[in-house]
Amino acid sequence: MAKLKIMTVCGFGLGSSMVLKMNLDGVLKELGIEADVFTGDVGSAQSTPADYIFTSKELGEKLSETAGKPVIIINSFVNKAEIKEKVEAELQA
Amino acid sequence: MTAWIKKEHVALGIKVNNWEEAIQASGNLLLETGAVTEDYIEQMIASVKENGPYIVIGPGIAMAHARPSEAVREDAISLAVLEEAVPFGSEQNDPVDLVFSFSATGSDSHLKMIERLSHVLIDEDKVEQLRQAKTVTAVHQLI
Repeated sequence: MAKLKIMTVCGFGLGSSMVLKMNLDGVLKELGIEADVFTGDVGSAQSTPADYIFTSKELGEKLSETAGKPVIIINSFVNKAEIKEKVEAELQA
Repeated sequence: MTAWIKKEHVALGIKVNNWEEAIQASGNLLLETGAVTEDYIEQMIASVKENGPYIVIGPGIAMAHARPSEAVREDAISLAVLEEAVPFGSEQNDPVDLVFSFSATGSDSHLKMIERLSHVLIDEDKVEQLRQAKTVTAVHQLI
């Protein structure tokens, strides 16, 4: 199976999305899931190929209609338990 | 501890009335050392107005920033610990009392700083200690 591509999204693709990427990388590693996680800004989320988008509630609600791929909303980017729970629910279903 | 966050970029017991003042206070720390210009602080505030409070990345934690631009002189990160938390309009994570600001000169140059910051923020005990810290030195040692 091809490696999963996961995009973490924030306004500019360099701040909060980077924090989420770091913590998501850690969770995926723990779960033994191989994936390329990269960051992006909200404007390019639609046109960038990815299997999943991870983002905040504020941006996720806008994106879920237009992104054309599953959008997973993370309330706290620094809560490992929440990230893990959502990865398990969405990616391993 | 290495200097990924400078002591002069940390301030405690900051009093503000709203989220804009909070970003201003945190941004001022960067302004005072010449890491950014006044424009950058305005850009950080404008970004929240435009995109919403997504910079509130966890309970009580905001990470303000704008794009790399001419308003940025160096890669830096600041932390203003507020005396009283203020709402940023985040449904899940309000109110906010830890206000980070960071500036990046290029798209990759700040990654090490963000990585260090992520490691601190994912540790709930450390975040709680940050809130309780009485001195800048104590904060500096924690992170």
